Amino acid sequence: MDSVSDLKSKEIKRATLNELVEYVSTNRGVIVESAYSDIVKMISANIFRTLPPSDNPDFDPEEDEPTLEASWPHIQLVYEFFLRFLESPDFQPSIAKRYIDQKFVQQLLELFDSEDPRERDFLKTVLHRIYGKFLGLRAFIRKQINNIFLRFIYETEHFNGVAELLEILGSIINGFALPLKAEHKQFLMKVLIPMHTAKGLALFHAQLAYCVVQFLEKDTTLTEPVIRGLLKFWPKTCSQKEVMFLGEIEEILDVIEPTQFKKIEEPLFKQISKCVSSSHFQVAERALYFWNNEYILSLIEENIDKILPIMFGSLYKISKEHWNPTIVALVYNVLKTLMEMNGKLFDDLTSSYKAERQREKKKELEREELWKKLEELKLKKALEKQNSAYNMHSILSNTNDELKKKPATSVG
Amino acid sequence: MAGAAGPAAGSGAAGGDGDDSLYPIAVLIDELRNEDVQLRLNSIKKLSTIALALGVERTRTELLPFLTDTIYDEDEVLLALAEQLGNFTGLVGGPDFAHCLLPPLESLATVEETVVRDKAVESLRQISQEHTPVALEAHFVPLVKRLASGDWFTSRTSACGLFSVCYPRASIAVKGEIKQYFRSLCSDDTPMVRRAAASKLGEFAKVLELDSVKSEIVPLFTNLASDEQDSVRLLAVEACVSIAQLLSQEDIEALVMPTLRQAAEDKSWRVRYMVADKFSELQKAVGPKITLNDLIPAFQNLLKDCEAEVRAAAAHKVKELCENLPIEGRETIIMNQILPYIKELVSDTNQHVKSALASVIMGLATILGKENTIEHLLPLFLAQLKDECPEVRLNIISNLDCVNEVIGIRQLSQSLLPAIVELAEDAKWRVRLAIIEYMPLLAGQLGVEFFDEKLNSLCMAWLVDHVYAIREAATSNLMKLVQKFGTEWAQNTIVPKVLVMANDPNYLHRMTTLFCINALSEACGQEITTKQMLPIVLKMAGDQVANVRFNVAKSLQKIGPILDTDALQVEVKPVLQKLGQDEDMDVKYFAQEAISAVAQRLRKLDFPVKDSEEPSAPGADKTHLPRPRGPGEDTGKAQRGRVAGVASKEAVATARFRGPGAAKVSPEQTLPLLSGPVLSKDPTYCPKGEQT
Repeated sequence: MDSVSDLKSKEIKRATLNELVEYVSTNRGVIVESAYSDIVKMISANIFRTLPPSDNPDFDPEEDEPTLEASWPHIQLVYEFFLRFLESPDFQPSIAKRYIDQKFVQQLLELFDSEDPRERDFLKTVLHRIYGKFLGLRAFIRKQINNIFLRFIYETEHFNGVAELLEILGSIINGFALPLKAEHKQFLMKVLIPMHTAKGLALFHAQLAYCVVQFLEKDTTLTEPVIRGLLKFWPKTCSQKEVMFLGEIEEILDVIEPTQFKKIEEPLFKQISKCVSSSHFQVAERALYFWNNEYILSLIEENIDKILPIMFGSLYKISKEHWNPTIVALVYNVLKTLMEMNGKLFDDLTSSYKAERQREKKKELEREELWKKLEELKLKKALEKQNSAYNMHSILSNTNDELKKKPATSVG
Repeated sequence: MAGAAGPAAGSGAAGGDGDDSLYPIAVLIDELRNEDVQLRLNSIKKLSTIALALGVERTRTELLPFLTDTIYDEDEVLLALAEQLGNFTGLVGGPDFAHCLLPPLESLATVEETVVRDKAVESLRQISQEHTPVALEAHFVPLVKRLASGDWFTSRTSACGLFSVCYPRASIAVKGEIKQYFRSLCSDDTPMVRRAAASKLGEFAKVLELDSVKSEIVPLFTNLASDEQDSVRLLAVEACVSIAQLLSQEDIEALVMPTLRQAAEDKSWRVRYMVADKFSELQKAVGPKITLNDLIPAFQNLLKDCEAEVRAAAAHKVKELCENLPIEGRETIIMNQILPYIKELVSDTNQHVKSALASVIMGLATILGKENTIEHLLPLFLAQLKDECPEVRLNIISNLDCVNEVIGIRQLSQSLLPAIVELAEDAKWRVRLAIIEYMPLLAGQLGVEFFDEKLNSLCMAWLVDHVYAIREAATSNLMKLVQKFGTEWAQNTIVPKVLVMANDPNYLHRMTTLFCINALSEACGQEITTKQMLPIVLKMAGDQVANVRFNVAKSLQKIGPILDTDALQVEVKPVLQKLGQDEDMDVKYFAQEAISAVAQRLRKLDFPVKDSEEPSAPGADKTHLPRPRGPGEDTGKAQRGRVAGVASKEAVATARFRGPGAAKVSPEQTLPLLSGPVLSKDPTYCPKGEQT
C-alpha cells in the first residue's frame, strides 16, 4: 500500500497510539464503561480488513519469505493497545461482551490468514485472552476454528494461521472437563486427524501432535481410534511426512496404556514393519529409533509373541538388503534385542522364513488365476445374455436360473 | 450376506470347481479384505466383472449389501467404488432396480474426503435420471432429505447437488418439500454447506417455475450475496448469471441489480474479482440497457480497483465487453467511457494488469475502425511495445493480425522491429519460442523486403540456439516462410545458409541442417532438393557421429518421395545400403527403414526390381542384422512388424534407446536434456494467460 504518503498524519497517529498504550498500562481506573464502545470501534476500524491477495500466488510458507504487512507500524500499536486493554486489571468482560461479540471474533479469526507472522503472533495472544475471559464466546470460537480447519483441509488447503490456532487449541484441550463431550471427540476424529493429510503438514505438525497427545492424556480410550486414523492417512509417497507421523506415533506410545497398546499393536506394527524396510533411510532410521525408547521396548517385550512375527520378515530381509550401512547396523541391534526377548520364537521364524516367502509367491499366482477365471465367467455370461436376446426373451424378465438352464453348447 | 458367502469365501482360492456362481463374490471378499490397498483397489475396479458374473439378482441381493456394509476403507478405494456404482444400473437389472444402488452411494456421499463425496454425488445424479418418477419419489427423494438433514456437514453439502435433478420430475407436494429443504441449507450454520448451496443455486433456479424463482430463489440469492463470509458471497455472483437469464428486464432491475451493484463494490477483493471475472456472462444475462446504466460504471470502477488482481481480471474482459455492446452508439460509449480507463492501465504498476490488457487491446481496433485506431489506440500499442515486461510486448505482437486488418502493419513497423529483436534475444527461451511462432505471421504482414532486411538474420540465428526447442521451432518456421515467400526466395536466401551448417564442427548444428532439409524439401520442390540438398545429405552419410548418420538415413527416407527415380536408384540407394552395413545398430536400423520405404516407392513407380537386388524384400529382410530389442519383445513380433513395412512405436523406441553406458546420444531424448540447465534457470516464467 501507500507507505510514503501523508507521513505527517501517520506520525501523529503513531504518537497518539503510543500515548494510549502508555496511558492504559500505567494508570488505574481509566477504563471506564463509556470508553469500551469507542475502544472496540477504534480497534475494529484499524485491524479488520480484507487481507490483500498474496504477492506471490504460489506462496510456499516453507520456502518463501512472507509478505509483511505494510501498515504494521501503526497496526502493531493497535494490537499492543488491544492487549493491554484486555489484560488491564480494570477490564470487565461483563461490559466488554456487548462489543466483543460473535461478529467481532469471527472477523478476528479471519485475520489469522495474514501472511505476516508478527500479526499472527499478536492475534494468538489476543484470541487466547478473549477465550479465557469471555465464557459465552468459547463454544462459538471452537466452532469457528473448526470451520476454518475444515475449509483448510477439504477446500482451499491454504490458511496461514493453522499453527497459531492449534497452539491455542492445545491449551484449550488441556482445560477440557472430563468426561469429554461428544463435540470434542468429534473435533479430534473428524478435524484433527484428517488434518494430517494436509500438504503443508510440516508447518504445524508439532502443534497438531501436541493437541492429539493432549486428548489421549485426557481420555485413553481414544487411543485406538486415533492410531487407526493415523494409519488410514499414513503418507504413501512423502517420506518427510512419514518421519513426522513416526514422531507422532512415538509421542503417543510414550503415554499409551498397556491395555490400549494391545488393541492396536497388530495394525500399528504392520505399518512400522513397512517403515523399517523403507528404502528412504530417514524413515527406516526413525522407525528403528523406537527400539531406543525404554517404555516402548517394555511394551514390545510384553507382547513379543504378537509383535515378533509381524516384524521379523522385514527386519530379516533388510538386514541383508538395505543399501544404507547405518540402517543395517541398527537392524542388527534390533534383531538382537528381539532375539533376547524370545529366542525360541526367533529361531522358529528364522527357519520358516523361506517357506513363508514361497507361500506368499504361491498365493500371488493363485490370485492371478482367480481373476483370469472370473474374466472367463464374465465372458460366458455376456454370451448367454446375447443368446437369450436372440431368443427374443426380454432381458429384464430373464432370471439367472433361466439362463443357467440353457445347455452349455448353445453358448458357443 | 456373510452367511451366503461364508462357505465360498472359505474355499476362495481353490473354489471354482463346484458352483461357479459362488465364486466371484468369494474372490471379491477375499480381495477386499486384503491388506494391500492396491489389491483392494483392483478388485473394486473390476466390480462390473464381478457383477456380470454374478448376474443381476445376486448383484442386488448379495453384492450391494456387502458393499454397503463394508464401506470403511481408504479414500482411493471409495472413490473407485463411487465411480463404478454410477454405471451399475444395467448390472442390477435396469431402471426398475436402480434404487438398489442408492444405499452404498448414500454412505459414500457422507464421507469426509471431498473427491469421494463429489464422485458419489455425480453418480447419484446419473442414477437419478434412470429412476422412474414413482421410484424417484419413493427412493431418491427420501435419500436427498436424509442427506439434507444429516448431522455432519458432509452429507448436507452432498445434498445440495441433488435438488436440481429430482425437482423437475417430482409431484407438486414433493416439490414444495424439496424447496423447503434447499432453503434451510442456504442458511445452514456451517459455511461449507452454505458454499455448496450457493454454488448450486443457479442450477436449481433453472429447473424451478418462474414464480418460484422470483418468490423463493431471489431472497435466497440476496441472503447468500450478503453472507458474512466472502467465500459464500462470491459464489452468489455466479448464481447471479443464471438467475438473471431467467428474469425479465424489470425483474432483473428490481430483484437482481441491487445485489449485483453491491457485489461490484464489495469490501472483499475476492468478490469484486469474481464480478470482473464473470463480467461478460453478466453483461449478456442482464441485457444492453442495464449494461449501459449499471455495468459500465461498475466496470470503470473495477478497472481502477485498488487490487491488481481485480484490475487484471477486468482488463481481460475489455474486448468482450466492447464487442457485446449494442452496435448503435458503441463507438461513442467506448471512446468516452472505456478508453480513458484503458489509457490509465497501459502504465499500470502491475505487470499482470498490463499484460492482461495487452492480450486483448488489439481487438479494439476492428471495433473502433481505422481513424480511431490510428489516433487513439496506436499510441497505446506503441507504448506497450516498449514495455519493460516481455510478456506485455509478446501479447501485443501475437495479436498484430487484428491491427493489420484495420490500419496495415506499416504504421507499427518502426516500433515493432526493436521490440521483436529484443524478444528474439531474450534470455528466457520460452519468450524466444513464443516470438518464433509469430514470425510467419509477421513476415506475411511486413512483406519480403522488410523481412530480408531486418528479420532474416534472426531466423537464421535461432537455428544455432543452444536450446533444442528453439532450434526445432526455427526449423519449422523456415518451412512456413518458404511457403509464404516461394522457392526462389528460399533458394537465394535460406538454402545456402542452411547447407553451410553441414560443415559445422558441432554435430548438433550438422543435424540441424538435416532437420531443416526434412522440413524444407517439400516446400522447395524437386529441383532444389535434388540439386542442392541431396548432395549435402549424401556427403553427411560419412559423418563420424552416429547420430548424424542415422539422421541421414531418416532424412533420405523423408525426402525420397520428392526425388526422381534416377536419383533414388543411383545416388540414394547405394548410400543407404552402405549405412545398412554400419557398425552402429541404430544407423543400421534406420537405414533398413529407409531402404524399405525407398524400395516401395521404386516399386510403385513400376521400376523393375529383382529380388536379388532388392534387400528390403520380405525374403531378404532376414539377412540383416537384428536391431536392438527390449526385454520381453520377441524376435518373431519384431520381424513381422518390419516385414509389414511398419515399425511399431515400441520398436522405434527400442531402437532409439541407448543404455546409460553408451557414449552415443539419441537426439530426441538428449537434446532437450542438454538444454535442461537453461530450462531450469527459468522456473518462474509464467506462460501468458496463466498468471492470476
